[in-house]
Amino acid sequence: MTSVSIHATKPDAILGGLGYARTYHSSHALKGAEALPEPDPTEPNWTDLVIRVRDEQDEAAFALLFNHFAPRIKGFLMKSGADAAAAEECAQDVMVTLWQKAAQFDPTRASAATWIFTIARNRRIDVFRRQNRPEPTDLPWGPEPEAEAADALALQQETRKLSAALDALPAKQKDIVKRAFYGELSHAELAEETGLPLGTIKSRIRLALERLRRAMS
Amino acid sequence: MKTTHHLNEQLQMGYAAGVLPEAFNLVIASHLCLSDESRATQCCYDAVGGAVLDKCEKERMSVDALSATLHQIKTCACDTSAPKICTGVFPEPLQGYIGENLESIHWHSMGKGVRQANIPTAKGACVRLLFVPAGQAVPDHGRQGTEVTLVLQGIYADMGERYSRGDIKITAPDAPSQPVAENGQDCICLSATDAPLKFHRWLHRFLHPLLKR
Repeated sequence: MTSVSIHATKPDAILGGLGYARTYHSSHALKGAEALPEPDPTEPNWTDLVIRVRDEQDEAAFALLFNHFAPRIKGFLMKSGADAAAAEECAQDVMVTLWQKAAQFDPTRASAATWIFTIARNRRIDVFRRQNRPEPTDLPWGPEPEAEAADALALQQETRKLSAALDALPAKQKDIVKRAFYGELSHAELAEETGLPLGTIKSRIRLALERLRRAMS
Repeated sequence: MKTTHHLNEQLQMGYAAGVLPEAFNLVIASHLCLSDESRATQCCYDAVGGAVLDKCEKERMSVDALSATLHQIKTCACDTSAPKICTGVFPEPLQGYIGENLESIHWHSMGKGVRQANIPTAKGACVRLLFVPAGQAVPDHGRQGTEVTLVLQGIYADMGERYSRGDIKITAPDAPSQPVAENGQDCICLSATDAPLKFHRWLHRFLHPLLKR
């Protein structure tokens, strides 16, 4: 066998069974069932909104981010096997972390959705698997604001392209990618080539990293 | 930092998806601190995760969720710790487990100057720090699982390839392997396996109590 064997993580394994997830949030039942208002149909620039939270502690920007991302984080966690109440609480925690760690958001290396995903993923490991999650040291962001803005814009374009490429993958591969991120892949499935087109976005991020390293030295 | 031997897609995907055992996560996070190439690729896998999240079906939040979240933000202490930059032999994620310097490590001798220290992590895999004096061979061991090794100091040479600080060596269970620390500097590496190492026969019997610690 040449592939790395990785422990299959079924949703139950990640979440320690539904029983645990249920008790996790038993004290905080859902109140009401009305949906929050949907954001404007002309989609805001999520990255700019995170920057407004980062630089100005802007609550209106935060509310827009919340209305867009919190229901998706909740959906993501439920796909990963959490029950509704646990997913709701965890989604709120993720949004609190977004506010608290906004200073570490670097738009030249991650879009808002990417960054929020990493917070949600780490929270999932922390809460549901009760494991420590080692993460690489955060690099300080931004040599100068103009370079940041240009790099960030380019990264957003690349991220959109990657997202479109993901949509265009054959159904089987797309399914593997989604299930990998929901944490429900078997060893063999994780070993399969996904054919993800990472070329241009990778060189874009590497460029941003190199600029950052130069500015630091 | 320039590195030449990197992770494979399976490990990067597994790390991004958050499904690997903690032991592997520790090796990967430490590697990412030392390799810009891998860090850039890892950001791409995270971006795939971001796309999956963004396209995920929405689940309705409770009506007071936003105000409850804002209340939480205003009432809890803010974590504004500034990011640290890796210095010294141990990358920052590893420092969180074993401290900052070599002197603080509790080594177990394996003979001929070779030493190891097991690092406690969640079950599912194990990870250890290995010290091999310059010019020495790494003790012969068979593997039941895959081994992922990160070189932190010196040169780790195996089957004609050379691995230096920041490089990753992935060894499949059935792959031949005869690693040695090259002459020059003592070699230190961090190594995770998803099954306990099986040292050959007498050595295994001798080391078993130590490895079990």
